[in-house]
Order: sequence, then structure tokens, then C-alpha cells
Amino acid sequence: MSDAHSGYQPPPVAIQPAPVPEHAHHPWLQHHFDSMGQQAEASTLGMWVFLVTEIMFFGGLFMAYLVYRHASPQGFQEASHHLNIYWGAANTAILIVSSLTMALAVRAAQTSQPRTTQVGWLAATMFFGLAFLGIKAIEYTDKFRDHIVPGPHFQWEGLYPKPAEQFYSLYFAMTGLHALHMVIGVGIMTVIAVMAWRNTFDEEYYTPVEVAGLYWHFVDIVWIFLFPLLYLIGRHYHAG
Amino acid sequence: MSGHVAPKSMYYAVFAALIVGTALTVAAAFVDMGALNNVVMLTIAMVKAALVILFFMHVRWSTRLTWVVAASGFVWLLILFGLTMTDYLTRGWVPGTWR
Repeated sequence: MSDAHSGYQPPPVAIQPAPVPEHAHHPWLQHHFDSMGQQAEASTLGMWVFLVTEIMFFGGLFMAYLVYRHASPQGFQEASHHLNIYWGAANTAILIVSSLTMALAVRAAQTSQPRTTQVGWLAATMFFGLAFLGIKAIEYTDKFRDHIVPGPHFQWEGLYPKPAEQFYSLYFAMTGLHALHMVIGVGIMTVIAVMAWRNTFDEEYYTPVEVAGLYWHFVDIVWIFLFPLLYLIGRHYHAG
Repeated sequence: MSGHVAPKSMYYAVFAALIVGTALTVAAAFVDMGALNNVVMLTIAMVKAALVILFFMHVRWSTRLTWVVAASGFVWLLILFGLTMTDYLTRGWVPGTWR
């Protein structure tokens, strides 16, 4: 008040909030989450919910397998006998190796390893995924050559042609759906590897690697059940 | 934020167990044990799946909510198998009914 009497006018100053840094939080923290931990938990849980739907997706095929195998156990054994157990076992081992490299890729991101390490493990995962698909392609080629692809050209020399055709329908449906998941998995890994190369991931933020890893391991688990149910039930089958 | 970091040695140990399980299940397949073959191969497969879920997928260190959601998938699967097979396994038990 005394200033008014002395004729002094304070310079006009716009009222401004206290200065805040452009981003006080982690750049990958979205605004509807309180913390990076909460955000990671939400993403992981969401992925698990998706994987439960995937379990049911494959579950329908396993259910069909159970019903038809129950209807003709011997026919399924005879049909399974024709599958090459060594290709199947090799592919099982290859997928387990790819799961290991995937787990190590997540760990590399989690421990802020250099991008070369992260991308290296991801590239190894993709390599083994593609090796799996390559072996699958060889096996499928053999089936086409031997006329045991269900359809008008299906031929079966054994005692149970009808159950054998049912077995191979399920074989192609189950391994085909699984192979489709592998192809999608390799695509996801490509995106994750590009993100890793751009230095996206460190110990503060590695959720995409973790969630992609959950998907990859899930596809591995499906194969862990497909391998014995398709390849191993016919090993001690004696025709006739 | 930083989840549980497991030592590399743990991942290698789980990997070794999975490979041993695969070798065991292949070896067991060549031995004729009758219906036991199915029990053996499915037990090995379930142990392998459990190892992958607990350690590779980090459920061992996840919240209880994640445990419940992950387990629910298998519970629904058992309901699917269980209810369907109560039909298929019991057909023809009563004479004259459709099978």
C-alpha cells in the first residue's frame, strides 16, 4: 500500500506455476499408471489373461485329439508310428534352446546389458525359431510325398486308414496352428529386437521383452505337449 | 522398477532339466509299458511345462493375482476335458442307449 503512495508500480508478472521438468517421470510411464512397477504388473497380468484364452484355443484341439484317440487308440498308434521321432525330438530340443535364449534376452534387458547383448539373445531366439520352422517344413514335405495329407489323395497302407486320416487331420491342425504361432513369434521378436537396438530397454523398463517372452515360452509349452502326444504314442506299436 | 533378477546359473539349470526330461520321455516311449506309457509321458510333459512356467515365465516371483490367472487356464482346461469325457467315456453303459 505504501508503494501506491510513493508512486512505485511493480512490474506486471504473469502468475505461473512452479517450474516442473518437462517429464518428471520415466518417459515410458503412461499417465494412467502410478509407477513403472504398477504398469509392468498390469501388462504382465494382461498377457497372462491372453495366454489363458490361448490355452483354451489349443485346448479345443487337444480335446478333439482326446476324443478321437479314445475312439481308436490302435489306429492313432499306427498313424503316429509313421512320424519321424528324431525330427520331433530335435525340434523339441531346438525350442527348449530358444526358450533359454529368450529368458536370457529378458534377463539382459532386466540387467541393463548393452544393446548388442540384448539383440544378440533375441536374434538367437529368432534363429532357433526359424530352425524349428525349417524342420517342420521338411516334415510336411515328407507327408505330402507319402500321400498322408488328409483329403482325396490320402493313402494308408496300414490296418486303420480312417483313424489314421483323423490322426493326420489333427496333426496338421495342431502343428499348423503351433507353427503359425511360431511365425507370429518371430515377427514379434523382430519388433522387440528393433526396439532393443534403439536402446529402449533397461532395468527401469523392459516390459515388452518380458511380455514377448511370456508368449514365446507359451508356444514352447504347447509343443512340450504336442511332441509326446503326436510323435511318441506309436513307438512300441506292433502292426497286426 | 525392477523385477526379480534370477542368476544365469538358474536358467542353465532349468534348461538342463528340460533337455533331460526330453531325453527321458523319448527313451520311455520305446519301452512298452501299456497304459503306463501315457502316464509317464504326460507326467514328464507336465513337469517340463511347470518348470517353464515357474522359472522362464517368472511366475515363481509373480504376484498371487498372476498365479490365480495362470492356474485358471488349466482349471478351465480340466473342466473342458472332464465334462466332455464324462459323455464319451460313459456311452453305451446303459443297454440300448446311443453310442
